[in-house]
Amino acid sequence: MISILTRRTISLVVTLLIVSLLIFTVMDLLPGDPAAIMLGTSASPDTLAALQHSLGLDRPLPIRYLAWLAGVAQGDLGQSYTYGVPVAGLIAERLTVTLPLALMAVVLSVAVAVPLGVQAARRHNGPFDAVAGVFSYISIAVPAFWVGLLLIIAFSTMLGWLPAGGFPGWDAGLWQGLKALLLPAIALALPQAGVLTRIARAAVLDVMNEDFVRTARAKGLSEEAAVWRHAVPNALIPVVTMLGLQFTFLIAGAVLVENVFNLPGLGRLAFQALSQRDVIVMQDVVLFFSALVIVMNFLVDLAYLAIDPRLRAGAQ
Amino acid sequence: MRASIKRAGRRPLFLIGLVITLLLVGVAVLSLVWTPFPPAKMNIIHKLKPPLSFGLLGTDHFGRDVASLLMAGAWNSLSTSFLAVALGASVGTLAGVVTAMRRGWLELVVMRGCDIIFAVPPILSAMMLAAFIGGGRFTAIIAIGVFMVPVFARLTVSAALQVWTRDYVTAAIGIGQSKLRITWNHVLPNISSQIIVQVTIQLGLAILTEAGLSFLGLGLAPPAPSWGRMLAEAQTFLGQAPWLALLPGLAIALAVLGLNMLGDGLRDILDPRDQG
Repeated sequence: MISILTRRTISLVVTLLIVSLLIFTVMDLLPGDPAAIMLGTSASPDTLAALQHSLGLDRPLPIRYLAWLAGVAQGDLGQSYTYGVPVAGLIAERLTVTLPLALMAVVLSVAVAVPLGVQAARRHNGPFDAVAGVFSYISIAVPAFWVGLLLIIAFSTMLGWLPAGGFPGWDAGLWQGLKALLLPAIALALPQAGVLTRIARAAVLDVMNEDFVRTARAKGLSEEAAVWRHAVPNALIPVVTMLGLQFTFLIAGAVLVENVFNLPGLGRLAFQALSQRDVIVMQDVVLFFSALVIVMNFLVDLAYLAIDPRLRAGAQ
Repeated sequence: MRASIKRAGRRPLFLIGLVITLLLVGVAVLSLVWTPFPPAKMNIIHKLKPPLSFGLLGTDHFGRDVASLLMAGAWNSLSTSFLAVALGASVGTLAGVVTAMRRGWLELVVMRGCDIIFAVPPILSAMMLAAFIGGGRFTAIIAIGVFMVPVFARLTVSAALQVWTRDYVTAAIGIGQSKLRITWNHVLPNISSQIIVQVTIQLGLAILTEAGLSFLGLGLAPPAPSWGRMLAEAQTFLGQAPWLALLPGLAIALAVLGLNMLGDGLRDILDPRDQG
């Protein structure tokens, strides 16, 4: 077990390093000199050269990559060209929007998908199962950002219950913050809920025919109790796995939904950095998101190893 | 083959998916030769007209005919997605069969490579590319297509490795056939149905991603109509003309729904083992 863990960890670190090198190289190939952008067109060549030197832009690529990497390892992600503040602080600040948004979306999608999937499996091939099937087909097909627009039309423009966008900040109070994130979280959760409903249904169907569930029923446990005490916990494993694997799509959805609702999150930061040519911010945000995905997949892998002894044997 | 066609007739999922997809392709192709109005033609006097009051589906903020824009958008969205999936499927499948044939260090490199590509969501790689070469159809195709390479590579490797363990392959090795020939004669034909199913499902995903990119302004450049940009433009007029935000989204959802149903239906038909 320890040796698999070491191997997986080494492979995690190597993957992270290669991704960081790729992102750095691609961003470095960008046309346009950050120093020239910061100073504007009227700067003298001397000032430009001085700024390039102080930003370290005149050093060769490998040196700059290593310097950047050493900084990242120490939590120093560099300075934003447009905001003039450390990128680490910028990311931390924007995370206070994106993280609660993603969490709310995950909680919402699980809260809808698990009961729906379990009931669909219990009434296998009945009308409820059909309705759940239609729900998951449709919710997988609708773009999250469109759902966002529809929610704005319904709950902001027509009913006026919730804000159409923007974020007041957590200083305005917990309720105000949650209210601003509710519609975006629903939009983000819907496609996830469709995928998870399918997985939960299939998993419960699988488990319900297992011996231990039959034994539980034979012991005199009611159908209800047998399902929730024995079938559902086992069926949750694939659901959690899927959540990990869907993480990339959650991030992609967040980038779009944040732009629909004008939320000052990480996705919006990346998009703004693109239009302002703030290379270092883009680089760091993309690296941050990619690292999250890689670590998430790593955790899913580990969870598998912990759950399934056969995989541990196979990996030896 | 005949059994497959018979099975298809009994699968409502497959049939509905097929009808929606054919309808969509039909509209897209039709838009190349005919639309009710030229999609790019502006008519400011008749701007923001609701459906049925001017043209079938009304007009947008430039007075362009929404029905014509949707039709032309269907072609742009489908063709971009198709090219992206073609890129991903061909590179991914090639990498996959070669990996399954050679194994060893190549398998390690390809699988790690897949992890790495998969770690950067297409929206972000499109942003990086857009910063580099600007937005546009090419950016969208590359960003979506590259992201799909690992999907097809992983699928092909695992499917092809299974074929390599079969008796008929052992027999082919026994009579001295080259690995390349076995790959061509035995591996590819046996994994093709799985690839076709995956292509259908990934097409749906590509349409969703393309719409997202166009929504952010990273997809097809204006004035070429695209569903995603129609939604982005509609956002300004949510109060005045909510129907503008309704129709392109419906078109996207219908297209993805049709392709997903078709893919699932195809899987049922082509892979009888899975039937439950």
